[in-house]
Amino acid sequence: MNLTIREALLAFRRAPLLSALSVTTIAFSLFVVGLFGLVAVNLQDALRGVAERVEIVAYLLPGTPIESITLAEKDIEAFPEVHSAVYVSEDSALARARAELVEFRDVLQELERNPLPASIEVKLKPRFRDAEHVNDVADRLRGFGFVDDVRFGRDWVEKLDRLRQVAAAVGLVVGAAFAVVAIIIIGTTIRMAVLQRSREIAIMRLVGATNGFIRRPFLLQGAIKGMLGGLVAVGLSYGAYTLINRWLIQAAFFSNVQALAIVGFGTLIGFFGSAASVGRHLRRV
Amino acid sequence: MIKFTNVFKAFPKGGLALKDVSFHIAKGEFVFLTGHSGAGKSTVLKLVYADEPVTSGEVRVSGFNVAELRPRDVPMLRRRLGIVFQDFRLLEDRTAEENVAFALEVTGARRSSIPARVMRVLTQVGLAAKAQAYPRELSGGEQQRVAIARALVNEPSVLLADEPTGNLDERATRGVFQLLRDINASGTAVVMATHDLDLVRQAPYRVIELQEGALVYDSAVDEPRDQAATP
Ligand SMILES: Nc1ncnc2c1ncn2[C@@H]1O[C@H](COP(=O)(O)OP(=O)(O)OP(=O)(O)O)[C@@H](O)[C@H]1O
Ligand SMILES: [Mg+2]
Repeated sequence: MNLTIREALLAFRRAPLLSALSVTTIAFSLFVVGLFGLVAVNLQDALRGVAERVEIVAYLLPGTPIESITLAEKDIEAFPEVHSAVYVSEDSALARARAELVEFRDVLQELERNPLPASIEVKLKPRFRDAEHVNDVADRLRGFGFVDDVRFGRDWVEKLDRLRQVAAAVGLVVGAAFAVVAIIIIGTTIRMAVLQRSREIAIMRLVGATNGFIRRPFLLQGAIKGMLGGLVAVGLSYGAYTLINRWLIQAAFFSNVQALAIVGFGTLIGFFGSAASVGRHLRRV
Repeated sequence: MIKFTNVFKAFPKGGLALKDVSFHIAKGEFVFLTGHSGAGKSTVLKLVYADEPVTSGEVRVSGFNVAELRPRDVPMLRRRLGIVFQDFRLLEDRTAEENVAFALEVTGARRSSIPARVMRVLTQVGLAAKAQAYPRELSGGEQQRVAIARALVNEPSVLLADEPTGNLDERATRGVFQLLRDINASGTAVVMATHDLDLVRQAPYRVIELQEGALVYDSAVDEPRDQAATP
């Protein structure tokens, strides 16, 4: 193991230019993946923000006793999909209308009778904020005797659904394409490192080195290059993020876990890319 | 030690490089492998160290059945052999000492035992003083000595040398040849492929001659000749 580390580090020292080139190539390949990841992360954030506003409102018949309502509130909150159910009385509905609809303040001020019905406002848990579950919950709300009407933006929820599907599909396809391109570019880079040392490999074999012995330093070296490339890629992504944030739009950056995943991805590509390259080389000669 | 029995070797493109070659080299022998260019000398050696597969026939090298060797056993075979080439094949970015040590490290030798063993073989080939030199800082003869030291460090029972003096001037040739004789005198078998008939004539060693892949003369079996037939 000691020897493996020494040989791997020696390779960096002996071919600093090629090593730097490999790391740079890996870094930029992963940077492209990272940029795409940033877009995906932000798009997801935006979608989540929009989904926050998915809300089902059950309007109640006038004169429903408050006890029934409190009970129903409890029931509804116990639905597995439901995040919160909040009772809004006729009075507070009016108060809210007054506060929110400033233009109509005068009209609302002069009302003799409150025309607004009481309601229960239901918010779903994040993962249930799609058309299917919204419809489902709305149906169940209609089942309560004192519920007059149930409203939610049906079109809007369906559009959101479609948007999510498109985003997921595009993300998957484009992300996979970028990842494949990155893997190919990184694999080629690593292959160059192996070919550059083919004479050395031949000599190692001649003096009786096993394939495993020859392979190990390459794997370690590949993993290190991949890791460094990943770190640089995260750094570059952070730079890009800072610029976007300053000049364009308020955006989100990767979570620590996501950043770590990029570095891990780089490390894995480096490792397995080297394994494939050296393996192929060893089998051929 | 090394035994070829009815060995044929065909390369994928190109005809038969060896045709029905049989010989037996005993422990501690010194054997010249001679013949014109293209006669098959290097091919014989390549079969011995399993660099090329045997097409048919049997090749036995110190207990290994080379023709049926599994790929993962090839390194084990090579650790029992020392191999030297015309072009030295040293690692350019390692010193003489590191080049020799490398052959030991590869075999998983105990770390602490390596420096002493390396110094011993470098002393044996007369290069102890240049242990820290890189190949480019050494003459051809000195580089070949490093290569020989590397071949010896694993204490092989056979040293294979493919035109080891091919790139050397007369003086260096004599030096390297004398070194090979000394190595042989201390018990290691040496198989040396060479063009250099002066060398062949000046030493009383066995000669195996190849011609277009066929063994045409073996001084251990055939009538002695006044001189090797190769012009
Ligand atoms: N890898 C190969 N593929 C095809 N043919 C080969 C290969 N290696 C050697 N040969 C052929 O095999 C024959 C013997 O070659 P070999 O290298 O053994 O000759 P040699 O006696 O060592 O010659 P030299 O004295 O020039 O080194 C030649 O005809 C050569 O062209
Ligand atoms: Mg040859």
